[in-house]
Amino acid sequence: MSTPATIDAGAPAPSPRALLVRRMLHHSGFLIGAGLMALLVVAAIFAPHIAGHGPFDQDLAHRLAPPAWLAGGSWEHLLGTDHLGRDYLARLCYGARVSLAIGLGAATVGCLIGVTLGVCAGYFGGRVDQVVSYLLTCQLALPGLLLAMALVFLIGPSLAVVICVIGSLHWSYYLVVTRAATMQLRGLDFVVAAEALGESRWQVIVHELLPNLLNPIIVIFTLEIGVAVLAEAALSFLGVGVQPPTPSWGLMIAEGKDAMFFRPWLVILPGIALFVLVMAANLMGDGLRDVTAPEGRN
Amino acid sequence: MLRYVLRRGVLALLVALTVSVATFFLLNFATDPAQALAGEDATPEVVAQIRAQYGFDKPLAVQYGHWIAGLAHGDFGDSYHWRSPVGALIASHAPVTIRLALMAIVVTIVIAIPLGAIAALRPNSFADRIALALAVGAQAVPGFWLGLMLIILLAVKFPIFPVSGDSTWRHFVLPAIVLGASSVPSVMRLTRAGLIDVLASDYVRTARAKGMRGMQLVTRHAMRNAMLPVVNVLAVQLGHKLGGSVIVESVFALNGLGRLALQSILGGDVPTVQMLVFVFALTFVALTFAADLLGAWLDPRIRLG
Repeated sequence: MSTPATIDAGAPAPSPRALLVRRMLHHSGFLIGAGLMALLVVAAIFAPHIAGHGPFDQDLAHRLAPPAWLAGGSWEHLLGTDHLGRDYLARLCYGARVSLAIGLGAATVGCLIGVTLGVCAGYFGGRVDQVVSYLLTCQLALPGLLLAMALVFLIGPSLAVVICVIGSLHWSYYLVVTRAATMQLRGLDFVVAAEALGESRWQVIVHELLPNLLNPIIVIFTLEIGVAVLAEAALSFLGVGVQPPTPSWGLMIAEGKDAMFFRPWLVILPGIALFVLVMAANLMGDGLRDVTAPEGRN
Repeated sequence: MLRYVLRRGVLALLVALTVSVATFFLLNFATDPAQALAGEDATPEVVAQIRAQYGFDKPLAVQYGHWIAGLAHGDFGDSYHWRSPVGALIASHAPVTIRLALMAIVVTIVIAIPLGAIAALRPNSFADRIALALAVGAQAVPGFWLGLMLIILLAVKFPIFPVSGDSTWRHFVLPAIVLGASSVPSVMRLTRAGLIDVLASDYVRTARAKGMRGMQLVTRHAMRNAMLPVVNVLAVQLGHKLGGSVIVESVFALNGLGRLALQSILGGDVPTVQMLVFVFALTFVALTFAADLLGAWLDPRIRLG
């Protein structure tokens, strides 16, 4: 019979990756966030199979039907229908696609801008750093939501425009973090060694710096998904974002607003969906930060 | 000190100017104001006529020069949509938004700072965990949705506050709660982190050794030093509240700058939108400048360093 203790003593130390996975599995916030996110992703992917109705199918005979558990509800429309008799569950599931697409898309656009600026400022320093810092100061002074509303509406509201505008107004967090991290890395031996070996500046950035910035970038990316989703919801709610009949959660709240005193679920359900998605992204982001940079916790 | 003030002041002005250039070019380049003005099914001749009439056919740099020169003389331009001077429009809508933003920042302070202090006194205690959970939750709630929920609950089910309008202070309570709540997470986290740092410092340990405990320690000794970064963030948040008033004013039908902005955008009224973005940016710059000065005055390390 073998005793576990002797086996452990003989085994090599766990790899950093295995350690990371183990830490993730012990972080309850991350697990809850990842679980909720997985649920929403599944709902988005299998949207056509979950509700059994299309998001645009109008059933005018059953307009404003309440959810199944309320008086007058039917199992035909589990979460009821909206003012055009469209199945609410179907619209919520397809809405998850819109929100996830915008969250991922806008976080990517912001990531490209912010990381590029941040790494350049941190690595080159001097003039470049001054210019980038000035850009950041200017960006922070802009009323982001107002400008986003104006740009999306005046350019012409479509999914791609919403993604680009929200993304190009949310890069400051990436910039601040990657700039500081790059400054720390710049003086370390492996970077100096790579420079001494004749790597060009761009090779140093791509081969030495970026791989070491991956963890903080992933953390910010996850958190920015939530920010972008909320921004899109606000734009669509105000009528200057995604346009009808696209099933966007913000738009659904705007459409349900007129009937909300008698049929509050029209507003409550998409709001809960938004809350869950943003909460999931935030929990995952906070969890990943704890797991990848445990020394930064307090 | 004077050099510090001058340097900061010049930087603030420069930032405001850059922002105005960026906004001007973004709004005028990305869009066709003549087309927006003429409507979607206007003939090309009508569009061309409007373009010439308002000077849209000139190069953007010339248009910007014209705009900024007017600004220097106190001429804010004319709104196409409202058919009145932009300056008068902004002046008449500003009081509602300023009142809303100030009430909102009071809501933030009253909730976030005590919560942060309680959490910092006992890190990882039950109270701390509840406070952090509240912060995480509050960050995920869409502001406009919170507004609608409050209307359903506190204006319709239990009619304590009016649903919409801006005639009395009671009309501002629910909007201020919604707008103020959005800043609670960041201000609370910062208060907590700052206080935890300060509470670990030597002078606080001395105070503890002399028998000071709990809230007394926080309010008498630790708070003052922990508040420095919080003052800065509050200034930033107040600036954001002016811009963020768009959503809240639309939900509660307050006739302030945010609503003016939304209606101007929907009306394709670029001059008004442009001026509003500039005014918000200028206010933001002025607020952070004031916070910098306050910080320098409170902390000699900044002023002399």
